Amino acid sequence: MPLSYKNRFQRKTMLICCISLYIIMVNIAKAESLKTITGVGSSFAAPLYQAWASEVTKETHIQLNYQALGSSAGQNQVLAKTVHFGASDIPMTEQKRKNSNLMQFPTAMGGIVIVVHIPGIQSNQLQLTGSVLADIYSGKITKWNDPAIIALNKNQNLPDIDIAPIHRADGSGTTAVFTNYLSEQSADWKTNYGSNTSIDWPTGMGGKGNSSVASIVKNVEGSIGYIEYAYMLQSHLDAVKLKNKIGQFVAATPITFQNAANAANWDYDKGFNTNLIDVSGDQVWPIISATYVLVPIQEERTKDVIQFFNWGIQNGDKITIQLHYVSLPDSVKKKIISLWKDSNLTGQ
Amino acid sequence: MDLSSASSQLNNSWVQKNNLVQRRKLKNQLFIIGALGITGLLLLVLFSILAILLINGLSGLSLFTLSHMTAPQGIKGGLLNPILGSLFQTGLAIFLAIPIGVLAGIFLAEYGNTRMVSLVRFISDMLMSAPSILVGLFIYTVIVIYLGYSAFAGICALAILAIPLIVRTTEDTLRLIPTTISEAGFALGAPKWKVIIFVCLPIAKGGIMTGILLAISRIAGEAAPLLFTSLGNSDWSWNIFAPMTSLPLIIYQYADSADDQWVQLAWTAALLITMAVLCLNIVAKSYLEKGLKNKRK
Amino acid sequence: MTNVKKNIDINRKASSSSWFNGLVWISSFLILFIFIGLILKLLWGSQQAFATFGIEFLTRAIWNPVTQQYGAVSAVLGTLVTSLIGIVIAIPLAFGSAYALSEIIPIRISRIVTPIIQLLAAVPSIIFGMWGFFFIVPLMARYVQPFLKHNFGHIPILSALFSGPPFGVGLFTGGLILAVMITPFIAAVMQNAFQNTPVLLKESAYSLGATKWEIMRYVTLAWSKKAVLGGIILGWGRALGETMAITFVIGNANKIGWSLFAPSNTISSLIALEFPESATGSLKMSSLMGLGVILMVISFLALFCSRYLLRQSERKLRGN
Repeated sequence: MPLSYKNRFQRKTMLICCISLYIIMVNIAKAESLKTITGVGSSFAAPLYQAWASEVTKETHIQLNYQALGSSAGQNQVLAKTVHFGASDIPMTEQKRKNSNLMQFPTAMGGIVIVVHIPGIQSNQLQLTGSVLADIYSGKITKWNDPAIIALNKNQNLPDIDIAPIHRADGSGTTAVFTNYLSEQSADWKTNYGSNTSIDWPTGMGGKGNSSVASIVKNVEGSIGYIEYAYMLQSHLDAVKLKNKIGQFVAATPITFQNAANAANWDYDKGFNTNLIDVSGDQVWPIISATYVLVPIQEERTKDVIQFFNWGIQNGDKITIQLHYVSLPDSVKKKIISLWKDSNLTGQ
Repeated sequence: MDLSSASSQLNNSWVQKNNLVQRRKLKNQLFIIGALGITGLLLLVLFSILAILLINGLSGLSLFTLSHMTAPQGIKGGLLNPILGSLFQTGLAIFLAIPIGVLAGIFLAEYGNTRMVSLVRFISDMLMSAPSILVGLFIYTVIVIYLGYSAFAGICALAILAIPLIVRTTEDTLRLIPTTISEAGFALGAPKWKVIIFVCLPIAKGGIMTGILLAISRIAGEAAPLLFTSLGNSDWSWNIFAPMTSLPLIIYQYADSADDQWVQLAWTAALLITMAVLCLNIVAKSYLEKGLKNKRK
Repeated sequence: MTNVKKNIDINRKASSSSWFNGLVWISSFLILFIFIGLILKLLWGSQQAFATFGIEFLTRAIWNPVTQQYGAVSAVLGTLVTSLIGIVIAIPLAFGSAYALSEIIPIRISRIVTPIIQLLAAVPSIIFGMWGFFFIVPLMARYVQPFLKHNFGHIPILSALFSGPPFGVGLFTGGLILAVMITPFIAAVMQNAFQNTPVLLKESAYSLGATKWEIMRYVTLAWSKKAVLGGIILGWGRALGETMAITFVIGNANKIGWSLFAPSNTISSLIALEFPESATGSLKMSSLMGLGVILMVISFLALFCSRYLLRQSERKLRGN
């Protein structure tokens, strides 16, 4: 009996030690990790923010935890206040932002490219138009040797295989931009399916995030998908040339993205809204999107978020260009920075 | 004439009978071979899974992987934070689940057969069969909405999955103890709590331990309940109220990505978690067997 | 003096006993509360969907975030079909291995092989998902579907089942992976039931000249059929709620079609993918919760059935 009491005593002290050790660790950790900011949203912008973050951590005490759950998640989780900021490729409506006291600003622009996996077809060999793309995604064109595709590619030897259209399964800004483009190109698409972060896809298979779509296209023969440019480079997929507004077939390159970005109009008062889809001009890539960040104005951690993006917008251009995004024009950058100053969010 | 026809008839029926016996024998052999083949097939599937994991996972397993955090695409990263996260969350979840599970198991085994007892047993069984994704959904609506994504929410979700398993094994082992033993305790004037803690629990220790190990191995591999609770973290933070990653979450995020490095990390993570879980299982089962042997003696 | 001390001791014993009782009761109540909370939260959350769409929520095959129209049919059907395919494949596998391990293979070997097969049940479900994604999906896309299409593509009904581009994902792939996952569960129940069959019955059949298979078919299986059925339903229940093994290989398309090889969706996979992106209090979140309620109801029905059958067979065992 005395022995068991002794044992119990030992166990109790062990337990108390464990608990106190844990409490100490939590406290140390709290002080340490004060500067970790959590954001979710656009997978379109994920490579950029994560690359910025690895530089920012070296210079400041800010750590970024960014999860690419899709633009819808970015908007809705920042509304639900479960994260410090949300990222979205489509601007949030003014009404919603006002109601929840959110601030919105763009961080960069990027091109959405069409990638295919067809035996015998290399990058930039296949040419498509917006309306043919809409017919493919609505299931009207089901074979790669369909007359409509052959008419655009007389020099290519297109195989007789099924087209496997790949789309995003999560709510995605990339989908919103892409379906917006399809709606502009095809009246049929507009009336039947419309454009949104996720839509009722008539055919095809869904992948979660840009990354998964790229991986599926890589693996499935006869597939076609739409992804952000950086993901295409990373996974060495074959791109498609698209017909732009003035009738040229253009390849997706940083230069054609920049050409489109130059033509953009920014609505400073309405959360920097802009429309970059199928703008008219020489050598312009038709599917371009800006990507935005949403932060709650009156949260204590917002200053850290702003400090992060302040670095990104002012010093991050080198990385932005390296990853083949398009950086914001200087006039827009100035506006964003003055917006932060007005809200007392920059500087300690 | 008559005789010969009779004899030929007899002969015929004998042949038929022989045929029937042959057919029955053949059928018997076919089914036996089929059953053996299926058993072999299942073993083959298990070994193919393990082989694929080893082939793809081992090449990414290095000191670097074990000692570095996950990194953004294009930069070489490791698995330190998911490993720590798995240990941390599974450990705390079990820490939370053990007292509740064991106490509720005691309730089921030692507090008679009232309606309340059978209700708790029934509910505990229901909870055990509840899809794990719904548990994550539940924790999202009661914790994440108010506190944000956090390791704490993930721990709660995992604990809910572990509790019914511990309840079941605790009850089962306690029921195996002969009543005479606890009666001997009561006869010495010990109160109920003392008899349970100092007499019954030490005897049932092995069985309860098995249950706990099995519960650990079950929740360590869970990703579904963590998706909307602990979210994932590209860095490490000791803060229990910050998001945290874990091996299954990393597999979910990395496995179907187009980045070869990430896919490699997913394989390594898969190898680590599978080996850990299988080892725990083997230890738990051998523990149980040893306990049974001791009891038989 | 010592008497008083003893009294205090006894009092303390009594009071700490009630303290212990309190803990035991609290833990048990906690389990009740968690469960009731889970059910109530799901029901509460799904209220909006059922209020908006009424009972039609259960019968509409639409999932359109643009027009905010949601219906449960495609996800429910996907869940049921994948789990049924899983069961259909798992039954012979489980039966075969249980038969071999309980009746054919010598005990000394089966004692080693049984736990090895049971290890399959311990492999985390996400590993099955990964295995399916990297191993089964390419197999289906490159060999199985083209083969089936080539050989059966001209037969009217079968051609519909095998149509579509070779994604390699879909109902059949999902079902196949579920089958591998649930086989060890069903096999464990079956093996237990076969071993519990009274030896006397088997021996009397042997003495009449029955073969091993005939004894299995007419004696053991007949005697243990309720337990076998209970085990099958138990495995089915597990297949219903599975998320991670399915989400990689189902294709995430909310479509209903005849093809077993077309991308589809299940309830749990849809929740895993779309829950984080639905706004709190939105119709979409409510519809996802509604799907959760349906999943809960189906898996509890499965649990009831299997428990009922298994308890009956237990009673039979005790009666003998």
